[in-house]
Amino acid sequence: MTAERSLVVQGLSLSYDDREVVHDLSLTVPPGRVTVIVGANACGKSTLLRGIARLLAPTSGAVLLDGRAVHEMPTREVAEVLGILPQSPAAPGGISVADLVGRGRYPHQGWLRRWTHQDETAVARALAWTGTEDLADRSVDELSGGQRQRVWIAMALAQETDLLLLDEPTTFLDLAHQVEVLDLLTDLNHRGATVVMVLHDLNLACRYADHVVAMRDGAVVAEGRPSDVITPETVRAVYGLECQVVPDPVCGTPMVVPLGRHHGGVVAPETSAT
Amino acid sequence: MTAVAGGRFPGPVRGVPDVAADRVAAAREAVRRSRRADRRREARVGAVLAALVLGLLAVALSVGDFPLTPAEVLGALVGRGEGGAQLVVLQLRLPRALAAVVAGACFGVSGAVLQSLLRNPLASPDIIGISAGASAAAVVAILGLGLSGLPVSGVAALGALATALAIAALATRGALSGYRFVLVGIGAAAMLNAVVSFVLTRAQATEAAQALVWIIGSLNGTGWDAVVPLLLGAGVLLPACLVAGRALSGLGVGDDAAAGLGLRVGRSRLLLVVVAVGLAAVATAAAGPVAFVALVAGPVARRLLPGRTALAASALVGAVVLSASDLVAQHAPLLPQLPVGVVTGVVGAPYLLWLLVRAGRDGTAG
Repeated sequence: MTAERSLVVQGLSLSYDDREVVHDLSLTVPPGRVTVIVGANACGKSTLLRGIARLLAPTSGAVLLDGRAVHEMPTREVAEVLGILPQSPAAPGGISVADLVGRGRYPHQGWLRRWTHQDETAVARALAWTGTEDLADRSVDELSGGQRQRVWIAMALAQETDLLLLDEPTTFLDLAHQVEVLDLLTDLNHRGATVVMVLHDLNLACRYADHVVAMRDGAVVAEGRPSDVITPETVRAVYGLECQVVPDPVCGTPMVVPLGRHHGGVVAPETSAT
Repeated sequence: MTAVAGGRFPGPVRGVPDVAADRVAAAREAVRRSRRADRRREARVGAVLAALVLGLLAVALSVGDFPLTPAEVLGALVGRGEGGAQLVVLQLRLPRALAAVVAGACFGVSGAVLQSLLRNPLASPDIIGISAGASAAAVVAILGLGLSGLPVSGVAALGALATALAIAALATRGALSGYRFVLVGIGAAAMLNAVVSFVLTRAQATEAAQALVWIIGSLNGTGWDAVVPLLLGAGVLLPACLVAGRALSGLGVGDDAAAGLGLRVGRSRLLLVVVAVGLAAVATAAAGPVAFVALVAGPVARRLLPGRTALAASALVGAVVLSASDLVAQHAPLLPQLPVGVVTGVVGAPYLLWLLVRAGRDGTAG
């Protein structure tokens, strides 16, 4: 059954060519929780996620999975424990949903051990979980953005990993589909999966995260529970944006109300907490 | 409370009911149905293409100045024909027909692998300079070094490999980019073709005629001496490629997602490129730089089997295209000794134009 995995980032630096994007970053991912990484564009959050998923080799430091450096582990062994859904992945043209989700079984197959009953079970569960079983023989090209995202998540689920990393799983989705995808990931987390994702929407991040990591310029500015981290000071430090933070009327988590050049100072901070 | 339907993930329940077992069962049925449909389609397409290859082979062995009945061909093949038929089938027609089938299959798989790998329908060995590298090396070997026969084929194969290495070195900065690979390859093709033209202008007419096959690609007069190395090369590389197809289908989801699935992306790509270039080299060494077979085989096969890597089907389509083209080249009225490359060029050029126009419109081919 699902084990709680420890995932620790130790003094990690990551570069593209000669440009260092993440500098000496340390982070402990709380096991069995939802961690959301937020930050302005180009702050290195996607790069950090790629580094954690060993898609990018560190220039220094390490990512430790259960105490072992992921970059030194056999890639197959990592893939059995840690899954990653990259930002806007590309499906081969004409591929069917069942075929794409089935490719999530890659780490569990070998040159000789091909498709088994277990593979079929995993794919069937992933489809049922994401509510995409009726799409099984449709072509991925024909699906709507929301359906396609659910299919990609199904592929990651079929991999049956205890840890799931997702890079902006809600991009290109309308609000209803964003909430649907995040609810799905929450269900998943409630069954024991550790989820780490990059999200753009601060309010959704606050609502769905147990742990928020705010980044700027390749370093962590603040981390902790959303109510502790998401304050006007942090938002200013991370985005350079003035805002007010009010409790979310539904769940009481912080809700960020941005100010701007044209809209500011009308609402006094005292009256904002409605 | 609903039943847990087996499987490892998502693991211990903390308050949320699992997906209902009947939904998982329905999903399982859908997965089975879809996979069964894929398998059936693959089998059907494979059977039809294989039948076409066999049919073309039979026609190639029986048609010509010395027409033979199927019974006579069969007799010759099993060594019980009378002298003339035996000679025509075993020494004249069989090597050429086999060369068409096997070289076509090699070209087809080579193009299909490179196109999938570089995610670009133009990434085929005849477009990105790999065949041109073989030609240039062969022409230099014939006219510069005075070689002939099998050594020329060997030099041609080396030329193809060296060209591919050079293109990869020039096109790879950090990560291998399909788009850059194709552009560098087209430049390399132009340069190498210039080398061929330059060497030919310096040559005597008789020598130039011998080197001509390396410009256009031809199976005229192909004998066992050319077919045996082709069969050996294909015998090693084609099975290797079908096995590597597993990695190719993993890479289909994109480099990051593939690495996330535990695929060693860099190593798999390198292996696939080497095998694909090897196939193009072996085929070019036997048949010359026959144009467009590698370009069209993959797309046709993938249209027949959408979403699959379709390497076996690409091999069969390549075999069909080259065999059929060579039959036309051999028996076209009023045009004796027509090189097969002319036929594939006539058929393939409009396809290339269509591809470029379409790419210009929607940007997919770069």
